[in-house]
Amino acid sequence: MQIRVPVASDGDLVAARREGRVMAERLGFSASEATLVATAISELARNIVNYAGSGEIHIGSNDNGGKHGITVIARDQGPGIEDVKLAMREGYSTSGGLGLGLPGVRRIMDEFDIVSERGRGTVITVTKWKRR
Amino acid sequence: MAVPILKQSNYLIATIQSALTDADLVQLRDALVGQVGKYRSRGVIVDVTALDVMDSFASRTLRDLAYMISLRGAETVIVGIQPEVAFAMVQLGITLEDVTTALDLEEGLAYLEKKPGHGHGGF
Repeated sequence: MQIRVPVASDGDLVAARREGRVMAERLGFSASEATLVATAISELARNIVNYAGSGEIHIGSNDNGGKHGITVIARDQGPGIEDVKLAMREGYSTSGGLGLGLPGVRRIMDEFDIVSERGRGTVITVTKWKRR
Repeated sequence: MAVPILKQSNYLIATIQSALTDADLVQLRDALVGQVGKYRSRGVIVDVTALDVMDSFASRTLRDLAYMISLRGAETVIVGIQPEVAFAMVQLGITLEDVTTALDLEEGLAYLEKKPGHGHGGF
């Protein structure tokens, strides 16, 4: 199961997190876990709108070695993140926000991977596994 | 979607009815900060029962709202944070700091009623 949501405005954020919640619930996650997934998508999609202007969110099921989960990929072709380590630091923000965005997402998901290249864009992949 | 704001005696009650965009939230903040002067309100209640996600932007905007309202001499109570939303906020590391919260609209109104100087002749 896969869905792709283009993200270019703050209205798209609402659509992306709704799709994430629906997918998480369909995959058997609890309401609390689905809310975590929707919240993570909200942060990732806002990053795209704020820093890259536009991009897309892929939401899909992930079955890996007996584990079942949901994977969200946030992809943009924006300017890239100059210093990924710095962006991942608690409290760091270039947008006047709380600086909770990416570190918060890492905390609420089980797996977090970021690849960013200056001038080429950023791909953030996060996964939440179902508890057995 | 604009959030309806109800004036009830000394208070303003804003009831969020669906998922909001960032722009909707900012509009709500500005509308309440304006109307608190227009109606000389003593308290503001923001009912977030229908809000299914409270991310870093939403919580920051509500915190700013509460602080701006307090600078205008009134008090804000956020009511109706759902259990799953509370869980996600804690996991994400979001705090509303010293913003007053209450379980629901009824509790929020009861809290404001107890404030000195907020009394009135009843609804």
